[in-house]
Amino acid sequence: MNRIESVFSRLKSQNRAALIPFITAGDPDSAATVALMHRLTQAGVDLIELGVPFSDPMADGPTIQRSSERALKHHISLKDVFAIVAEFRKTNQNTPVVLMGYANPIEAMGHENFAQAASHAGVDGVLVVDYPPEECAEWVAHLKAQHIDPIFLLSPTTPESRIKQVAELARGYVYYVSLKGVTGASHLDLQEVGNRLSQLRAHIKIPIGVGFGIRDEQTARSIAEQADAVVIGSRIVEEIEHSSKTDLLMNVGALVESLRRAVDTRSNSSATGK
Amino acid sequence: MKTYDLPDKRGHFGPYGGTFVAETLISALDELCTKYEYYRDDAEFQAEFFHELKHYVGRPSPVYHARRWSAYLGGAQILLKREDLNHTGAHKINNTVGQALLARRMGKSRIIAETGAGQHGVASATVAARYGMECVVYMGSEDVKRQATNVYRMKLLGATVIPVDSGSRTLKDALNEAMRDWVTNVNNTYYIIGTVAGPHPYPMMVRDFQAIIGNEAKKQMLEEYGRQPDALIACVGGGSNAIGLFYPYIGEENVRMIGVEAAGKGIDTQEHAATLVTGRPGVLHGNRTYLIQDENGQIIETHSISAGLDYPGVGPEHAWLKDCGRAEYVAVTDDEALAAFHALCRFEGIIPALESSHALAYAAKLAPTLNKNQLLLVNLSGRGDKDMITVAQQSGITL
Repeated sequence: MNRIESVFSRLKSQNRAALIPFITAGDPDSAATVALMHRLTQAGVDLIELGVPFSDPMADGPTIQRSSERALKHHISLKDVFAIVAEFRKTNQNTPVVLMGYANPIEAMGHENFAQAASHAGVDGVLVVDYPPEECAEWVAHLKAQHIDPIFLLSPTTPESRIKQVAELARGYVYYVSLKGVTGASHLDLQEVGNRLSQLRAHIKIPIGVGFGIRDEQTARSIAEQADAVVIGSRIVEEIEHSSKTDLLMNVGALVESLRRAVDTRSNSSATGK
Repeated sequence: MKTYDLPDKRGHFGPYGGTFVAETLISALDELCTKYEYYRDDAEFQAEFFHELKHYVGRPSPVYHARRWSAYLGGAQILLKREDLNHTGAHKINNTVGQALLARRMGKSRIIAETGAGQHGVASATVAARYGMECVVYMGSEDVKRQATNVYRMKLLGATVIPVDSGSRTLKDALNEAMRDWVTNVNNTYYIIGTVAGPHPYPMMVRDFQAIIGNEAKKQMLEEYGRQPDALIACVGGGSNAIGLFYPYIGEENVRMIGVEAAGKGIDTQEHAATLVTGRPGVLHGNRTYLIQDENGQIIETHSISAGLDYPGVGPEHAWLKDCGRAEYVAVTDDEALAAFHALCRFEGIIPALESSHALAYAAKLAPTLNKNQLLLVNLSGRGDKDMITVAQQSGITL
């Protein structure tokens, strides 16, 4: 059982939803990212999504784009991202790390080189926003050869035929984008999310995380009642943006602890439905 | 050569093209693909498109023999395909008319567009006014400052111009922002991409609408010269005017096809936009193509005196035509383009766009190496009225 499977299997037996934060590697700098990752695990997160900075993050809103720009100011490359993960792994062997980013930095490194380096650093899964399933058969094969989970997005507009296609390729968990729009937007229809999740579960047998648009404890709690994992990005990145070096860990830690409590207080009656 | 039938069903030109977008955009692209494939073969749609091109755009555009300039250069005869005479002053309108007609049939009441220099924004605002649609144009805030006249032109036409403050505040950032708008408002919104880049079906669809340029030229060449030209020359930013001219000629193996990119201050400097000449393949803005990028795969800011060529990517079909050797790609500098700009003004009484001046500059290099019976057909993709301030500044004049 790999790290991602272990985490979801443990949570299932505890009837809890996973809390997955997103931060951008190298924002505000590499050392701070490693410290933040440790602080996030102390605050009780189950898995960390680590953004790979890219110059043109089309699917992200302004908050995450700015975090990418801050990281790129000191030229954070994929090699630096792997170094961050390797550093984190020196003292944490249990928390899965999923890289999330765009295709071009990976293309520049080469699929095979990427998969080997990622595996070596201790990466557990990779989500490439602009690799939809029909364009990435070769890519997925390289990841699987290194026992790295390919994570895919599903959206409110994904038709059933594509849900099946994703179900075949995806490992680890799938990430349901809970609204039409970009990261950080703020209109979320909880009932719609619930309906879609039941539809997805007809085909997707691995855990389903929900993200995009989750900004506060109340929404986190409501999503936790329906999904296997709650992904929170822009709200945490905002906290990083607005913190100074000295209060960064304290502010982000406090925010994530409150989100953890919210996710864990979901009412048991409406648990995941599996 | 086998019959050319690219792209494949999923928009691939060899290894290039495709649909590299987030899942949130897939269903919108699928819908667009289905509708476009239907209307492409619909006689009524085609009839309306050609009617609009004739009566609204002013087509066909003539092929003009630049006699005095050719004589001065002392070699091949230079012919100009006069896209500068179109309504709004460039080839861009061919595509926006086509896409607006499609948007109407798809029941979309709002169109969005991205623009760099403002030409595609103006062409989009124009057709939005013509067909009574709401129009929102995204433009980098740097470009908004540099292109104040075009911003005002779009506003006159009833469009809302939204300045984009992210990234380098230029075309690629406007494109990112337009994609975001589309993802959010796809129910009532049609996104008009202005060039042969982006995810499938845009490179194919924009090519098909622009192919009117080459189709007319083929007919006009036969009628007026009794043969096809020895070479076609067109500037390449994203590459829509070039592909429009080239595409109908791909099977005519005796006709050379030459795409001219912007070498800016020189391809050995950091300040150019010569994507095919200097770049490497990668993935950006929904397709795999050549890109100007650093060793880590980050996209690098480009430079050209001509805003319309200032883009770090290029249409995937050009990437394929380069790799398979059917087309050649070269680059000319800002200074060479400016010299050709002035030459055309003085020898022919035609003020060309700075984009088109790149194609002219290469024609001026090539013509003297050929004999007087040879014919070069240059796509004069736009007129230079929009470039007055830039050109005056280069001569140290403030208007």
